[in-house]
Amino acid sequence: MQDLSLHILDLIQNSIAADASHIELTIYEDKDKNWLIVDIEDNGKGMDETAMRRATDPFYTTRSTRKVGLGLPLFTAMAQRCGGDVVLESIKGKGTRIKSGFQLNHIDRPPFGNLEDTITTLILCNPKIEFVYIHKVNNDEFKLDTRDIRQVIGDIPIEHPEIINWIKSYIKDGLKEINGGVQ
Amino acid sequence: MKTLKELEEIRQRTLESVNLRKDRTGARVVVGMATCGIAAGARPILMTFLEEIKNRSLNDVTVTQTGCIGVCRLEPMVEVYLPGKDKVTYVKMTPEKVKRIVAEHLVNNQVVQEFTIGATEKND
Repeated sequence: MQDLSLHILDLIQNSIAADASHIELTIYEDKDKNWLIVDIEDNGKGMDETAMRRATDPFYTTRSTRKVGLGLPLFTAMAQRCGGDVVLESIKGKGTRIKSGFQLNHIDRPPFGNLEDTITTLILCNPKIEFVYIHKVNNDEFKLDTRDIRQVIGDIPIEHPEIINWIKSYIKDGLKEINGGVQ
Repeated sequence: MKTLKELEEIRQRTLESVNLRKDRTGARVVVGMATCGIAAGARPILMTFLEEIKNRSLNDVTVTQTGCIGVCRLEPMVEVYLPGKDKVTYVKMTPEKVKRIVAEHLVNNQVVQEFTIGATEKND
């Protein structure tokens, strides 16, 4: 994976495959403590103890089309390479949470990449799922909640090209704002 | 800074076209979005489809995703479904290929044979 936005897109595919109807992504850049937190929480079907232990094993997957599952292992390797780690919490039937933290300015930390494309892709392809995306840089916060958008657009489908396009620029502008005008 | 008020304006503007499309069943474009697809560049492919569809106002085309199709070495892969027609699988996608597929397949109903899985597998 070239950047964090692609890792995140990939990790959230697990939540989608677990039939989640609500997915929350929180990214927190703490520049004072030089720490970056990426937290993904879903209300999907969750994993039991055994599945959870095997989730970071690249030779474990639940799919039948191929024999490897690299999403979480690749992300974990990245976090560990950057002086951090990944913690999995899951309750069967309730949901899963992937918490990760690593050094913000670590030389191996991948760039953020295009976060607006990641979120836009997720909403466009999964119009029935509610997404909450919170991005904090120190004390400044950007928040997107698909429920707020649905309230405004009413019976217009959220996957309509005009709406998707608006969401994309909304995120882009929002991220620019919390980064003090630079991206 | 964009506001939700703009969204309300978009709603007013698109309401008419949305009502029109309810009884139409248009084409469906499905992009492989598993780890293999994402690592190979599926997201820019999907974004280019969205852009082309918006520019040409192809409001009845649906873009969506699927998991691993099983031939990871040919990613990014795209499946195109036209009503009443067989599924067409395009492989090793690039944004340039997307533009041709939208123009030739989605707009003019002509499969771009050279980008299909059949043609690619023969040449490999």
